[in-house]
Amino acid sequence: MKKSANISDALFDTVIYVLLLLLVAVTLYPLIYVAFASVSEAGRLVEHKGFLFKPLGFSLEAYKSVFDNKAILIGYRNTFFILAAGVTINLLMTSLGAYVLSRKNVMWNRFFIFFILFTMFFSGGLIPMYLVVRGVGLLDSLWSTIIPFAVNTFNLIIMRTAFMAIPVELEESAKMDGASHFTILFRIILPLSMPVIAVMILYYAVEKWNGWFYASIFIKNRDLFPLQLALREILIANSTENMTTGADNADRFQIGETIKYATIMVATVPILCVYPFVQKYFVKGVMIGALKG
Amino acid sequence: MAKNTPVEPLPSVPVRRSSFSARFIRDFALNKHLYLMMIPVIAYYFIFHYAPMYGAVIAFKEYSPARGILGSEWVGFAHFNDFFTSYYFWRILKNTVIISLLTLCFEFPTPIILALLINEVRNQVFKRTVQTITYMPYFISLVVICGMIKDFTNAGGIINNLFTYLGYDGNAMLQKPELFRPIYVLSEIWQRIGWESIIYIAALMSIDPEQYEAARMDGANRLQQMWYITLPGILPVIVIMFILRMGNLLNVGFEKIILLYNPAIYETADVISSFVYRKGLLEFGWSYSSAVGLFNSVINLMLLIAANYISRKVNDTSLW
Repeated sequence: MKKSANISDALFDTVIYVLLLLLVAVTLYPLIYVAFASVSEAGRLVEHKGFLFKPLGFSLEAYKSVFDNKAILIGYRNTFFILAAGVTINLLMTSLGAYVLSRKNVMWNRFFIFFILFTMFFSGGLIPMYLVVRGVGLLDSLWSTIIPFAVNTFNLIIMRTAFMAIPVELEESAKMDGASHFTILFRIILPLSMPVIAVMILYYAVEKWNGWFYASIFIKNRDLFPLQLALREILIANSTENMTTGADNADRFQIGETIKYATIMVATVPILCVYPFVQKYFVKGVMIGALKG
Repeated sequence: MAKNTPVEPLPSVPVRRSSFSARFIRDFALNKHLYLMMIPVIAYYFIFHYAPMYGAVIAFKEYSPARGILGSEWVGFAHFNDFFTSYYFWRILKNTVIISLLTLCFEFPTPIILALLINEVRNQVFKRTVQTITYMPYFISLVVICGMIKDFTNAGGIINNLFTYLGYDGNAMLQKPELFRPIYVLSEIWQRIGWESIIYIAALMSIDPEQYEAARMDGANRLQQMWYITLPGILPVIVIMFILRMGNLLNVGFEKIILLYNPAIYETADVISSFVYRKGLLEFGWSYSSAVGLFNSVINLMLLIAANYISRKVNDTSLW
């Protein structure tokens, strides 16, 4: 090794580390800012300009208002229902479809695959979708965020790929013993597919947790708003008024700001706490998907 | 051709193709449980994917909820005509394409660069920490992200303050048409760079280490190794991701746009899908808005087919 090569390699390393550290800082700082701002004293925060490196004073007023706000609690309740019922249906439907499509020697499979894949490339559009959901009577029901999204085609393909990788011998012997397709799916294939099931649960759960758009067009009853819709009212439409009753106008604006930050924390921290533990499954999902994709 | 010697038909067994109906009956008898399993899935796709495709015929009708899809009157291409000749047509088409191309130029390469950088880090703890942190924003919900963007760029928000130091006038940034696109693209990068790098990092791992060995023997420095080995190694994945992007050129993240835009910046922020949403669901122009949506779907399909075709010709990589 020549000396100049060593120096250029060291320089190369330094540049890389600096760039990555910069990226980490830019990624994390907005979240840190929100955390600091949410526990700051409202009046001081409004007057402050520029970066925050520690909370300005300490006050939990904003969090108190957030937890007193019924919309957020109702939102959490509805979202948990959508998660529980929705992800169950997603899993069931996706495994049924993936199982059938992963079988060889089934006459109609090529047709089924085309039938399903085609929907990834062409759709009827938003308005016809709305008319169908209205037509089947799902408007203003939490099921409108579940049933019309029972299968995600991309996830179906991931699961099918995983099922196809399971050695055929395992089911052959079961077939010899006269096991039906239902037995093979639930007793052999699914227990062998725990990693991909974990990936599916996470993908669907994230989709359900983040979903707001379809809920906003299908659900008008405020008692059925999922969390993200309640958040939209507070963060995007700026309606912190009903959380600040009793305060006069100037105070209202000030506390309104900290309430927004506290709301972001309440809606995000649960996710960010769970996320490092499940991260590897997401990565795994991307890898399985990439094989096919 | 020589290696493909034609397969000799086995002489002793008479090869007889059974008729379609015979095969169908045998297949059904053998797999009836499979078909039973498939019913809910097919029903789902039929109702929630194919019925809306049929419903898209309202684009050619004057749909009224009272008369239903079948009972509504045919108007042919009237809604398409209205749309193509309206002032909005060029505006939303232009905005859609510009936002898409800006994202393609500035956001698409960033995860590739990040993957290349992470690939060069040898300290495993640092590597994993960077990955975990950069994936994180992807898991924050869009509503919260947009809430943060709005708040930070508002008068008195932190980003607004920083730019005011540099001479910006301090007004809400999302009220300024010229600032919408940079805000959109930069926040896309912030949210997606880590997550989208996963697929490239996965591709990097499949590059044969011997190639690097050989390059080092030839005296290539690390930058050259990155340029001549790593980058070509992940090129097929880059091409696939690029095709997928091209196919979705007109599908900009309209949920994000709906959350961020306001009438003051429609001029640069309004895209086809946000227009469909506004005209159809907020102003109840069902048929008109379906026509716009159908136009969007058809163009998308054509773009995808074209991108796939080009890539197969140029690169031998394709989706199907």
